Amino acid sequence: MPPRIAKLALEDGTVYTGRALGASGEVAGEVVFNTSMTGYQEILTDPSYRGQIVTMTYPQIGNYGVNRQDVESDRIYLAGFVIREYSRRASNYRSQLSLEEYLQQYGVVGICEIDTRALVRRIRIHGAMRGVLSTEDLDDRSLVEKAQASPGLVGRDLVREVMPREVQRWEEPLHPLAQATYMPAPYRSEEPLHVVAMNFGMKWNIARWLRQSGCRVTVVPGDMPAEEILQLDPDGIFLSNGPGDPEPVQYAIRTIGQLLGKRPIFGICLGHQLLSLACGARTFKLKFGHRGANQPVLNRDTGRVEITAQNHGFAVDADTLPEELEITHINLNDQTVEGVRHKQVPAFSVQYHPEASAGPHDSNYLFGEFVRLMEQYRKQGK
Amino acid sequence: MPKREDIHRILIIGSGPIVIGQACEFDYSGTQACKSLREEGYEVILVNSNPATIMTDPGMAHRTYIEPLTWEVVAKIIEQERPDALLPTLGGQTGLNLAMDLHRHGVLEQFGVEMIGARPEVIEKAESRERFQEAMRRIGLEVCRGEVVDSLEKAREVLDQVGLPAVVRPSFTLGGTGSAVAYNRAEFDELVRRGLEQSPVHRVLIEESILGWKEFEMEVMRDGADNVVIICSIENLDPMGVHTGDSITVAPAQTLTDKEYQRMRDASIAVIREIGVETGGSNIQFAIDPRTGRMLVIEMNPRVSRSSALASKATGFPIAKIAAKLAVGYRLDELPNDITQKTVACFEPTIDYVVVKVPRFAFEKFPEADPTLTTQMKSVGETMAIGRTFKEALQKALRGLEVGAFGLGCDKTDLWDTPQRPSVDEIRARLATPNAQRIWYIRYALKAGMSVEQINELTGIDPWFLDHIAQIVELEEQLRQTSLGEISDEMFRRAKRYGFSDRQLAYLWDTSEFEVRRERKRRGIVPTYKAVDTCAAEFEAYTPYYYSTYEDEDEVPPKEPGERRVMILGGGPNRIGQGIEFDYCCCHASFALRELGIRSVMVNSNPETVSTDYDTSDLLFFEPLTTEDVLNIFDRVQPEGVIVQFGGQTPLNLARALATNGVPIVGTSVDTIEDAEDREKFQRLLASLGLRQPPSGIARTVEQARAVAQRIGYPVLVRPSFVLGGRAMEICYDQAQLTQFVKEAFAAAEGQGVLIDRFLEDATEVDVDAISDGQNTLIVGIMEHIEEAGVHSGDSACVIPPYSLPQPVIEEIRQATRALASAMQVRGLMNIQFAIKRENGMPTVYVLEVNPRASRTVPFVAKATGVPAAKIATKVMLGHSLQELGATEEVIPAHVSIKESVFPFIKFAGVDIVLGPEMRSTGEVMGMSERFSIAFFKAQLAAGVVLPREGNIFVSVADRTKPYIVDIARPLVEMGYHLYCTRGTARVLRQAGIPCTEIKKLQEGHPNLLDLLIDGKINLVINTPSGKGARTDEGRIRAAAVAHGVPCITTIPAAQAAVRAMQALREEEITVMALQDRYARI
Repeated sequence: MPPRIAKLALEDGTVYTGRALGASGEVAGEVVFNTSMTGYQEILTDPSYRGQIVTMTYPQIGNYGVNRQDVESDRIYLAGFVIREYSRRASNYRSQLSLEEYLQQYGVVGICEIDTRALVRRIRIHGAMRGVLSTEDLDDRSLVEKAQASPGLVGRDLVREVMPREVQRWEEPLHPLAQATYMPAPYRSEEPLHVVAMNFGMKWNIARWLRQSGCRVTVVPGDMPAEEILQLDPDGIFLSNGPGDPEPVQYAIRTIGQLLGKRPIFGICLGHQLLSLACGARTFKLKFGHRGANQPVLNRDTGRVEITAQNHGFAVDADTLPEELEITHINLNDQTVEGVRHKQVPAFSVQYHPEASAGPHDSNYLFGEFVRLMEQYRKQGK
Repeated sequence: MPKREDIHRILIIGSGPIVIGQACEFDYSGTQACKSLREEGYEVILVNSNPATIMTDPGMAHRTYIEPLTWEVVAKIIEQERPDALLPTLGGQTGLNLAMDLHRHGVLEQFGVEMIGARPEVIEKAESRERFQEAMRRIGLEVCRGEVVDSLEKAREVLDQVGLPAVVRPSFTLGGTGSAVAYNRAEFDELVRRGLEQSPVHRVLIEESILGWKEFEMEVMRDGADNVVIICSIENLDPMGVHTGDSITVAPAQTLTDKEYQRMRDASIAVIREIGVETGGSNIQFAIDPRTGRMLVIEMNPRVSRSSALASKATGFPIAKIAAKLAVGYRLDELPNDITQKTVACFEPTIDYVVVKVPRFAFEKFPEADPTLTTQMKSVGETMAIGRTFKEALQKALRGLEVGAFGLGCDKTDLWDTPQRPSVDEIRARLATPNAQRIWYIRYALKAGMSVEQINELTGIDPWFLDHIAQIVELEEQLRQTSLGEISDEMFRRAKRYGFSDRQLAYLWDTSEFEVRRERKRRGIVPTYKAVDTCAAEFEAYTPYYYSTYEDEDEVPPKEPGERRVMILGGGPNRIGQGIEFDYCCCHASFALRELGIRSVMVNSNPETVSTDYDTSDLLFFEPLTTEDVLNIFDRVQPEGVIVQFGGQTPLNLARALATNGVPIVGTSVDTIEDAEDREKFQRLLASLGLRQPPSGIARTVEQARAVAQRIGYPVLVRPSFVLGGRAMEICYDQAQLTQFVKEAFAAAEGQGVLIDRFLEDATEVDVDAISDGQNTLIVGIMEHIEEAGVHSGDSACVIPPYSLPQPVIEEIRQATRALASAMQVRGLMNIQFAIKRENGMPTVYVLEVNPRASRTVPFVAKATGVPAAKIATKVMLGHSLQELGATEEVIPAHVSIKESVFPFIKFAGVDIVLGPEMRSTGEVMGMSERFSIAFFKAQLAAGVVLPREGNIFVSVADRTKPYIVDIARPLVEMGYHLYCTRGTARVLRQAGIPCTEIKKLQEGHPNLLDLLIDGKINLVINTPSGKGARTDEGRIRAAAVAHGVPCITTIPAAQAAVRAMQALREEEITVMALQDRYARI
């Protein structure tokens, strides 16, 4: 059987022809790249990639297969997957499935055997672009036209597409491999703290970490109104990551505005952007975003550098920060805002992913800080 | 934290001679450190005994000492230079051990020298197995079960706990010397005994065996503010049980999920913090049980290591340079990432390619050595290749290895299609026991129908690697079904993307490499070059460091108008006969091109070297040195010429093919280079110049060889043409010997014929390095060998200026050199070997060999005289005259410089150490002094040969050298040494009235010499061979001397020089002097 062909067309007219991987079909999305050398399964299942065609810069993918544990949600969320070479044989003691089977299971279209470095350089130079990935339509011109006609991310509320509807009590613990006993563990509460996590497309490892920090975690849809959230009697409110442009997610921005000062708040990624927006800052779209596991972030409080996992295409504009927000973390590569803290009320957030998965564990102390904040708040009396 | 202002002068210790386990990588790290500290305004004082290094170039440090690396000598340097700080972490294990010696002897305290980078307590904690394991347990990391013991009895007790197989590792040895796995109790006892002896602290570690587990390495950096980053992860293809230096290794790790990788990252960070390495790089090794994922920490090097060099070249991150900056107080986030310029050094490189390193072995030089790969390192060099996939990188690495292979099989080394096709039993045996050939036997196994599972079971190699190798073999089978005319473009391209070389394709399609090349180019299937940029293209890269692959986009900048480019071909992997000396020359060629305003384009595949540092040349191509790869780069960068003179035999072997394909060769023409190798042409040339040559002939069969030997008379020297390093060279005293050796020579000569020369016994050998511009010839150095002709010039000690030759002879040598340079139309460097034999009382000058190219001695000569020979030669090759360059005067230094060779015998237990025409040394050192005798002593000391100041000397010499022994023995006795002799030697000495004790030969019972050696009663052995080989009595004696660390002198001239040195030491103490001061006196 001859290999199936797949094509990836960009809005600028570039077309890459390679071998199809995973499901057959056609998808449109924003074409981005991730520089992490490990963690493709976590990336595939990260809901923040909704609407995106993700290119892995590391050329050998599928090496260790797929297992039932290393997931960040209930399924694959990204629109399409682009790699240089697929490993037909998976080798790892935990592997249960091949990557190709996994992609097929969730109907995800992929492409391999293309010059991914050329694609990445194009994105770096010209910025993230809309694209179409297809195994069905193999006509270059038609694909480019489809790419140009596709909606893109700006102004779209992708959160609604990934947000679960039900309220759920989180039970799953952190994976044993992530609980290194040889690293100082983040501060853990002895009190039964209750966290309500507003889910905008949350990576599960965040909930696992909150649980690890001694919290009871209730995950609620991101559009739950403030009064309902407060009725759950939380000690703190967590704002999750999620896909796309934060500005259209007005309902959440409004809710956060109402919750500010009522309970301690901690936000990650989209949650960080929403908190900043709720305080009056603006966000902007980065040229090609930060996606990877090696982004250096300076913690201004400690002067230490954390190597962080990141996945965002939008960022908080430092020039628009209101007086009450202070910058706590900055990205050493491009000096963008990586973390803010509210000066008057207990609320802070980071642009990057302290829950890692995929990525380094340098920043998991932030969960401890959230716990401390909640304890203080509790002591002072709700 | 900005840099420290409280320190001004910093001492850096180099790693000494190239030995197994410590090669060019420490020249690379030391050179980076010197440059890095200089640019911060510190005064750098450097000590290294190895003259063939770039770091000992007088411009690298402010004060450069080429002196023996012992604490006593370095103490003198410290006393003289008064450094504020010592940076011990960039000179390998040697540098670290020496720094610790200086600390233990109170030298650092006495002179107020601070150790920066790693404090003594930290080094002790990391290096002492007990303390390391204790520390690991404290932070909750698992280590191998085991214990350090100081006696065999205690070792046996530990064995009862850990069980067989068990690993035995001597403490504090270099490159893991002496480490091995014991499978039974007898083996265990033997390994423990040897380990206790080899360990400088007389201790060994006994450990549970984790053979077959997956092995990983992490390169970690930490700054003074406790920022820690991982530079690179490395996964070994060969599982635990094979020393990482002998393993095929791959970067980054391939088979770890993110969860497992992050666990290892956390562990690495925890380790460097717990051990307390304050600043700089460390290397941490892990083992993982492939069935359960259980992870153990194996060891940590609290310093820059071989793996750091590999990680630097693999990622583009300059570990040594950054480590030096961190040591003087900078934080990682204060330092820029040189590659991207816009981002900081505080990040973790991410790569978008696969790197494969393959070790290079030299077992053919040590036929008596055990070629099984163990936890003790045996390889002498390595090559690294970069590809977009593991398959591509692996095949590139295998052809970069330069062992006749052009990838994984399908070349002239391939046994599959020959009558020697290995049987399944043979294949299974070669898979089950790690050996240098195993990678090729994996292919045979697949071709023989074995499954990945079966191979995994036999080798422990991860199925991921095996499956990718299987993919190569599957494509090979498909390629066999087609031909150059029939193959589709798609499949042709796929073959190239799988790393198949044109040579392999030619083999499969029964055509020539150049037919394949022509057709491939016609179809537009040409490589693209991609940058190594530390960041997977996330940021723009400003360093021009490239590798080839078959994809769409090429990143090499186009040639600018008026831009001049010249390409330099490097030496490839280190091997015996070709190593750092040639890398030194290539680097100098690059420096010279820069001075001329020409862009230098370096091509090399050796990750240890300075030449493959990203800022040595204007463009760097990390590529195998094969005709195909070089022609491809040539097509792409369009240089005006290619320099083949400096990289040793590797580029010379390519010269003809390159020239045929229209590549302009810079300097001496390919015709001249070849003519010098052509016996008949060379003979005619010498005759026309009235120069003498030993009578000789060429043979292609054993019968012809006998006939030639008969005609010219025994003894004869037998050697194949076109081989560097004296491979399969031998002196034969009779027909029986001749018959045996010509067979070997025919095998090594590969159809080229074998040269047979009259051997000039007891002649003095002289090496001359010269530069010619076609008009004038500059003599750079005349080196007199200490060992007589017949010992390979790369193995003998040599002296500048000559120490025993009469002036008229030297003048005759000069004239012959000029005549040859002019007649051969040399443009650039040349090396001539002469032999001076006394005939009828008159010294007669013979020409042995002329090589119109850079020789191994160029750096030594340059360091001895201060003349930058390789740079001058480069400029001459590009059309500048010696006159213009102001280089017309031969420099005859006022001091004596002696080069001594260093051998790897300690790594090959039981091998006979007698010197011969086959080169076996891995490295060199240099001793300098006003006096010959002191220079000789220093050279010996630097080579690790400690001439005793008192004690017992064993003297046993062959009959033909007995006449000389009296004059050697008498002064020894006068100095108070006691002599032990075997019967024949004793008789000669007694007749001359010299007292000595006669001892038994080995077969005459006890106590014999071996007993005395083992008991530590002998301090020096003088033994000239009458026979050779590990099986002979004397061979066993010499091997035992090596094993027990007793210096062993095997030639009369070396013994004579040693006596002079021992006498001189009674008259004066050795002193040290910086190169800068010596040159000022020239």
